[in-house]
Formats: sequence, structure tokens, C-alpha cells
Amino acid sequence: MSDDVRSPQASTAPPARVALTEAAAALLVRLRDKHGELMFHQSGGCCDGSSPMCFPDGDFITGDADVRLGDLAIGADGAAFTVPVWMSRNQFEYWKHTHLTIDVVPGRGAGFSVEAPEGVRFLIRSRLFTDEEWELLRD
Amino acid sequence: MTVYAAPGTEGAIATFRPRYDHWIGGEYVAPANGQYFENPSPVNGRTFTEVARGDADDIDRALDAAHGAARAWGRTSVTERAQVLNKIADRIEEHLEELAVAETWENGKPVRETLAADLPLAIDHFRYFAGAIRAQEGSISEIDGDTIAYHFHEPLGVVGQIIPWNFPILMAVWKLAPALAAGNAVVLKPAEQTPTSILYLMELIADLLPPGVVNVVNGFGAEAGKPLASSPRIRKIAFTGETTTGRLIMQYASQNIIPVTLELGGKSPNIFFSDVAAAKDEFYDKALEGFTMFALNQGEVCTCPSRALIQADIYESFLADAVVRTEAIKQGNPLDTDTMIGAQASNDQLEKILSYFDIGKAEGAKVLTGGYRAEMEGDLAGGYYVTPTIFEGKNSMRIFQEEIFGPVVAVTEFGDFDDAIKVANDTLYGLGAGVWTRSGADAYRAGRAIEAGRVWTNCYHAYPAAAAFGGYKGSGVGRENHKMMLDHYQQTKNLLVSYAQGKQGFF
Repeated sequence: MSDDVRSPQASTAPPARVALTEAAAALLVRLRDKHGELMFHQSGGCCDGSSPMCFPDGDFITGDADVRLGDLAIGADGAAFTVPVWMSRNQFEYWKHTHLTIDVVPGRGAGFSVEAPEGVRFLIRSRLFTDEEWELLRD
Repeated sequence: MTVYAAPGTEGAIATFRPRYDHWIGGEYVAPANGQYFENPSPVNGRTFTEVARGDADDIDRALDAAHGAARAWGRTSVTERAQVLNKIADRIEEHLEELAVAETWENGKPVRETLAADLPLAIDHFRYFAGAIRAQEGSISEIDGDTIAYHFHEPLGVVGQIIPWNFPILMAVWKLAPALAAGNAVVLKPAEQTPTSILYLMELIADLLPPGVVNVVNGFGAEAGKPLASSPRIRKIAFTGETTTGRLIMQYASQNIIPVTLELGGKSPNIFFSDVAAAKDEFYDKALEGFTMFALNQGEVCTCPSRALIQADIYESFLADAVVRTEAIKQGNPLDTDTMIGAQASNDQLEKILSYFDIGKAEGAKVLTGGYRAEMEGDLAGGYYVTPTIFEGKNSMRIFQEEIFGPVVAVTEFGDFDDAIKVANDTLYGLGAGVWTRSGADAYRAGRAIEAGRVWTNCYHAYPAAAAFGGYKGSGVGRENHKMMLDHYQQTKNLLVSYAQGKQGFF
């Protein structure tokens, strides 16, 4: 179950690169109460690499070496907030043909991601962009 | 064949406490906040002990203890420190079987590995650095007849170390042995997936180390790792893990202007040139084992040979033999000495591997064997097991570019030498690589052309002390496993001395 960030959208707008499941959205609401505004940076490499790391916004310093994949929109009306999702630019070159959905599973990730103490772990689920989506993204 | 009794059952040679506090100042110290977290064994998914959930207050107490011990420890003679390291090695050796069972229960890896690799390597590592520190010399530069520059090695003081969960004891020892040999005091945070076995070891060697020289604080990265890595009271931070946390640790270190060493993984190519199959002999058999090394330690190795590159003219026949070899891997009870592959270290690790099966198939990679979770029965139900898996595809696919950290290899073919090197180097990382050929010249040229810190040549997954280990490119900073590691834990003190009587002449 996933909600695209920018839906509903015009058919000519590029599709969102990132989305999240309802369970991940509910967890982000709880984590934001505890830690304030949040951000994701998608990791790579060994151990817990490939996991999306969630930090208090600004705790991880992004720069020209990073790409902002999108902003996850969570909640509605007065309780709405967004969470930006980042990835290293060089890693993005290998990932850009895939759409990413942030999910959550029981577990105990390492790293400094803020959800680990809750006994859960954010997890990336991926699918290939369709040909139509890819055309719009390349424009 | 031996099947060790599970800790907590009758006849077990390793016994865990029901609860573990922090190890601070040479004794167990309860967490300041009174909180604990459960530690399940990957073997069956069931909790076997609970562990202190540390935070900034506990890190501070550990740093107090380390600072209290650092000065005296740094002033001991290298003879004394080498003796301590050798005694630690002897103590581990006396308890090798017990520690191997404890490590297997903690991590899920087969006991044949902990018995034959993890613990023997840890023992040898202490002995290597005991020798290295004795043999280390400063230097003298004779600037001119009356001016001499003396260079002394001095310890940094108190250092922080954050340890991964794939080799909980061995990775701790890789970092501890050089740090202690160089005369530093340490605050160490184990991974939250594997918090206990290093404490098991600390208890066994408690009488050999002055209190406060090694302190272990458990807890979650956000709660205990961050206050350690960002503390202005450490003079260096060492980390093994993934790239985002690696960058974050560098950012914290920049605020305190301290050095870092980082080991951040890879996506190691394992290259098989066609002359490997020139004869179906002992070497061919060794090369097939080399291919199958992707399943060692359930693939949870930073240098897992997770990309196999096979030359086109032997591609089909070699791969067919490799599939047979892979399917012969015996999966089962990690405490059975016949078992070759055990359990993944955690549930989230299992979930991540399964998510890569999805993306691999979606990208059009072909599953040649495996590709699913291994459902175990009886005592092992609930554990985190994955069947060794071979994917066939292209190097641009994500399963060729990301460290899955599971028993999963992605296979592709190459045409000639240049093609092999191009594909091998088409990755963000450069930690390990393998080259298999009967030609010494090709082996040498390939080894030098691959952008990786360690190129195993006609072997794989050997980790002897005295062979430098560390990454090129995104795989990190620094080298472990070698006497040059001492430099990462030492300052250089230069005394520039004039023996001349005359003035310099400026004033």
C-alpha cells in the first residue's frame, strides 16, 4: 500500500520518485512528535547499507554530493508535514531507474537512524519505473 | 560431527547471563536510565538475554573511566602492553570452543566458522599487534651536523570504536588490538544486533586489563552511538558500517577535528579468466570454492564476492559447475559442525535480502538457484535463514551495485581482459576483489588494475594479520589488519633539537 507524494498529478508532470507505506507514515508521525522535523538519507555499502536512514532534519549535512529525491507528504490539514528524502548523487546514478517506497518492518537496524529504538526498521522497496514514467522523468 | 548444546540448555559449554549491564571501569555498571533491550538469537529468533540500553549519560561515565585510565596505560612500556595482549590471546585460546559457541548463538553463523576463523583470527590478531608494537621504532632525521629531528610515537589518548554485527568479536578485536597496543584507552559500542558476545569476552579477560582501559557501552545508534561519535572527549573515532552513517561520523568528527577510520563495505567482483577451466584439476576445484565464497558467513561480509565475472568462453560450463557447488552448501543448525551456512543476523537483514530478490527479478535478472527464504523446522523455526542464491544479469542492475549482505551472488560474463576490469571497476566501492587465473602475468595486471584495497589472487576470504585491509573509493578511509594500523592510533611527537652553540642569526 503506497501513496505517491505528488498524487493527484497532471499526466504530464514527472512522477514522484519516492513514496511511503501507511505504516511508515504512521511511524513518522510518532517519530516527529519525539524528535521534531525529520529527513531521510538513503544509505549504501555494507552492514545496514541500502537502508533509508531517518534523522532529525539537518542532523545529517547534505550538499552538492546529494540529490533530493522528493518530499514525503504526511498527514492532512493542520497536521500535515513533509519529510525530504536524499541520496548521494553517485549512488543515484545507479538507482535512478527505480521508484522507491519507504516501508517499515520489525527489526533492529544499526546506524543512527531514529526509529531503531522502537523495535522497527525502515526498509526500501523498489520497483522499476514504467516506460511512460521514465519518459516523463527524462524530459 | 558435533552438535553443541544451545546456550541455556543442558550440557551447553557457553552460558549467558540473563541480563548484561555496561562494562565500565572493569566491572558491570547498570545503565543510568535503568532501561534494557531484548537480545534474540538469530538461530531461533527467541530472546536469550537482555542488554543495557545506554545513552549519553552512560557514554559519559565510560569516557570518565577511559580518561581515568588512559594516562597510566599510555605510559606503560611496550613490553608490558605486549604481555597483556599476549595474555589476552592465551585466555581466548583457552576458551576458544566456549567463545565460538557464544558467538554463533549471538550472530547465527555456523560454529565451524567461529571455531576455525573468528576466534583463531582474533587470537592471532592480539599476538600480531603484541609483536608489532615491540618491533615499532621511532625515527631520527639528521638535519645537519648539529640539528636532529627525533620522532616518537605517542598514543592518541581516549578513542571511540563502533563495531558491526557480522563478526562481533573479531571486528571488535581488529580495532581493539592496535588501539591497545598503541597505548590508548577505548570506549567501544557494539552493534545493537550483537551486543553480548563482546561482553562475554570482556568478562573472561577482566583480570588482564587495568580497569577503564576498555569500556563497552551498549545501546542504539541514535541513543548511544551518536553521543560517542560526537563527543569532544575522544581523540579518534573508528567505524565499520554503511556510507550514510560513515558520512555522519565524519561530520561529527569534523566538529571536533579528530581523525576517523571508516570501513564502509563494497560490492566485490570475483573474476574468473578462461584458463581457470583449462583442466578439471585441484585448482579448478579451488576456483569453484572461490565462487561459492559468496555464501561464507551468510554473505554478511563487507568483502562478500557478490559479483562473479566469468569469461565468455567458459561462462556456461563454469557457471553450471558453480550452481552444483552452491546447491551442495549444507544449511542447518548453526551449532552443528557440519553446517556450512547458518542464519542471517537479524530479521531486518532477512527482510532486506528478500526485498532484493524482488528488485532483482523485476529488473530481469534470472534466478539460477535459491531466491527464497529457507523455512526451517523444529528448534530452528523462527530463525532468519536464506537459501544461497545465484542471479544472472547485467552489471547495471541494482543487485550488481548494492551490497545485499546476504548469500546472494550476481553473475555476468565478460569478453576480454579490458572488459573484465571495466566491469569490475564500475562500482562506487573498492574494498575487495578476487582474480582467478593460471597466468601469473594476468593475475598481476588484473590485481593492479582493479580499484580495490584488497585483491585476493587465486584465493578468497582469507584475513591473516599482516595483510593490509581497507577500501578505495566509497569503501572508506584507513587500513586494518596491519602494523600500519598503529599509525591510525598514534600521534607523532617531533623533538627538533639543536646541539649548536651559536645563535640562529635573526635577532
